[in-house]
Amino acid sequence: MSIKLEHVNYIYSPETAYEQQALSDICLEIPQGQFIGVIGHTGSGKSTLIQHLNGLIRATSGVVYYEGRNIYEDGYPLKELRSQVGLVFQYPEHQLFEISVLKDVCFGPANQGLPEEECVARAREALEMVGFPEKYYDQSPFELSGGQKRRAAIAGVLAMHPRVLILDEPTAGLDPRGRDDILNQIARLHQQSEMTVILVSHSMEDIAKYVERIIVMNKSSVLYDGKPKEVFSHYQELEAVGLAAPQVTYIMHALKESGIAVDLSATTVMEAADSIEASLKKAGKETVGTV
Amino acid sequence: MIRDITIGQYYPANSIVHRLDPRVKIMCTLFYLISLFLFKSVLGYAIALLFLSFCIRLSKVPFKFIVKGLKPIIMLLMITVIFNLFLTVGGDTLIQIWKLRVTTEGLRTAVFMAVRLIFLIMGSSLMTFTTTPNALTDGIEKLLAPLNIVKAPVHEVAMMMSIALRFIPILLEETDKIMKAQIARGADLESGNIIQKAKSMIPILVPLFVSAFRRASDLAMAMEARCYHGGEGRTKMKPLVYRKRDAAAYAITLVYTVTAVLVGRYVSFHIWIF
Amino acid sequence: MDIVQTRQLIFDYDKRDDEGKVIGHHRAIDRVDIDIERGQFIAILGHNGSGKSTLAKHINAILVPTEGTVWVDGKDTRDPDELWNIRQTAGMVFQNPDNQIIGTVVEEDVGFGPENLGVPTDEIWQRVEDSLKAVGMLEYRSHSPNKLSGGQKQRVAIAGVVAMRPKCIVLDEPTAMLDPNGRKEVLEAVEELRKREQVTVILITHYMEEVIGADKIFVMDKGNVVMEGSPREIFAKVDKLKEYRLDVPQVTRLADELEKRGFPLSRGILSIEELVDEICRLN
Repeated sequence: MSIKLEHVNYIYSPETAYEQQALSDICLEIPQGQFIGVIGHTGSGKSTLIQHLNGLIRATSGVVYYEGRNIYEDGYPLKELRSQVGLVFQYPEHQLFEISVLKDVCFGPANQGLPEEECVARAREALEMVGFPEKYYDQSPFELSGGQKRRAAIAGVLAMHPRVLILDEPTAGLDPRGRDDILNQIARLHQQSEMTVILVSHSMEDIAKYVERIIVMNKSSVLYDGKPKEVFSHYQELEAVGLAAPQVTYIMHALKESGIAVDLSATTVMEAADSIEASLKKAGKETVGTV
Repeated sequence: MIRDITIGQYYPANSIVHRLDPRVKIMCTLFYLISLFLFKSVLGYAIALLFLSFCIRLSKVPFKFIVKGLKPIIMLLMITVIFNLFLTVGGDTLIQIWKLRVTTEGLRTAVFMAVRLIFLIMGSSLMTFTTTPNALTDGIEKLLAPLNIVKAPVHEVAMMMSIALRFIPILLEETDKIMKAQIARGADLESGNIIQKAKSMIPILVPLFVSAFRRASDLAMAMEARCYHGGEGRTKMKPLVYRKRDAAAYAITLVYTVTAVLVGRYVSFHIWIF
Repeated sequence: MDIVQTRQLIFDYDKRDDEGKVIGHHRAIDRVDIDIERGQFIAILGHNGSGKSTLAKHINAILVPTEGTVWVDGKDTRDPDELWNIRQTAGMVFQNPDNQIIGTVVEEDVGFGPENLGVPTDEIWQRVEDSLKAVGMLEYRSHSPNKLSGGQKQRVAIAGVVAMRPKCIVLDEPTAMLDPNGRKEVLEAVEELRKREQVTVILITHYMEEVIGADKIFVMDKGNVVMEGSPREIFAKVDKLKEYRLDVPQVTRLADELEKRGFPLSRGILSIEELVDEICRLN
């Protein structure tokens, strides 16, 4: 088991006026290679949760295991953990600082103690993985467009060759095409490597399209944990806690209520179209243009 | 969480001290501080103690908060006391351990210095506990307004101060985020000698500066969009206007200052060596 | 007369080298003619880099045209004497909630605009109260902005603009940095505002769901206005929008997909109810 959380609790500012329970009794098992989506409203604990996975935050109680080892035991190499579990924060372009993109992406591998040639090789590899054009490798990161900066920042984490990649709202602030590009890139990365990918997002449509498992956080606990179709079937409960299902889910339920026999578990446009087409054809309606 | 840190530790309460005009509080604190340095006898400090306690009572700020303001200077306090204790010469010797000699003059100076420092800190803390940073900036702006005649940029400086105050918590939070992001990339901010530690600050400081400049640029545009064009022609939403209570406060402080300084300097009074 | 008008508007950004010398320019707006009627809800859509934000900044004279003219309420934005009038007429709300709030207390920030306009103290208080009520943030008047959510901060920013009694409010990607709840809050506040104050609203965004209620939509790409029309007209052209790097809500995409598969559906379906009705009729 790649990552395991056992009864993890986290309390902010304990014993002060600002005390707040951010995580309550979290028990999770994350197998290597899974593509997971984490959703939850602001304040649900999802950002706190992911920062426990690479040891940035230490649980108030409970244990986090990485590859079977307790990361809180004495002498556990947390720096090592952070090269295995890569975390890309929201608006990661805010962490860029070097004089050139290439040098910035080398920062991670350099911290791992790798020799310079290796760092550069990894940096180039990572930049290619995110589709960053080679002609800008030596440019100052501050002169790039928003989308390019973001790619460079993600490459900075990929260059460390993590086995687990966590991305906190990687599409924040991007336009529709930018969102599609980044998510497609991430999906491709997941396919090509054996990385576990954990995506934190607000967009249900994005999550539904790509991930194989969804963890729903609500008020510091895990509300649902399962396949997308399962999770979105609880769309009314999701709405009650301030989340939503993809628009397609609502459409299918509305159609069902109006007497059209459709697959309620469809969550993407294509699935919905298939199901509606099938249902209408069954009802014997001819499509325009068929002979 | 970091956003909850208030600079100068403002303690919200509804006391008359809180409601005083910030100019009154600034000036009275100033008078009080100056008076502390003019005392020659213990009587002066006694009167100061009375005045300070009176003000603290009125402010409804819990005593333990005021005392908390002393924590940062405990070190300074100790050093001052120790230096004065052992290095001042004059009067009779009280204790002698080896080469270290404590004289009556030394004890006297040490105690007076300590008391002065403590009263100073407590008095200033009281001002910051009862006045929001913004009120303080408004007060300073109004007090320095006469400098406008010599074209000193009083309004601009006050505006800069209040914007800085507004953004300090935001920048602190951003620093935290940047640190976490770099630590997640394996940055080591703790180990190493001074030079290594300084170098490890670059991945934090560069993004922070870039961010600060970006914010400044955005903010300037937003201010212009809301028709900000300097201090000319501006009115105030919360203009500072003196009220009866402010006059009373000035009067009381004046009485205190005159009494305390006159008594503290010119009335002869001794308890033991003090 | 229209509240905003542009004629043959061209805007170039200077490109500078390391030493700051100008080495060329990038044409951000390429001959744009736009007319915006009073009291309407106008949306300007476009991908990042399409020129929409640059265009927005011409409406309150933060930028002036390289060539061509922009009139706001009949005033030429190049006229330095009208600068502050124009900015009072066309208020702007920006993308980053934190970077446009100046006061350390909500009510003080809302009062910042009126203070700059020289409004008398009593009237400032009245305006602050009315504006905060209009956006539903009156109970937070004594709060520090730091403790507010993104959606709440943006509402305070909107109140700050409303307090200046503008004829037109430009919102430059106000929801880009917000979560879905924040986005909903802000859009509801804007809708409320339109109904109560009858002010012209110009919304710049790349989120298609936000513009369903607009009176007119302009779509920008590479500095040009490439599409113009009602939401229904614009949403009907799903493939064209994809070319311009935009996307439509799932319901519109679904209708489009079904149409491609041969089912006769209306063009530009905007809501779930519409789609369900049409499919039921087909059944």
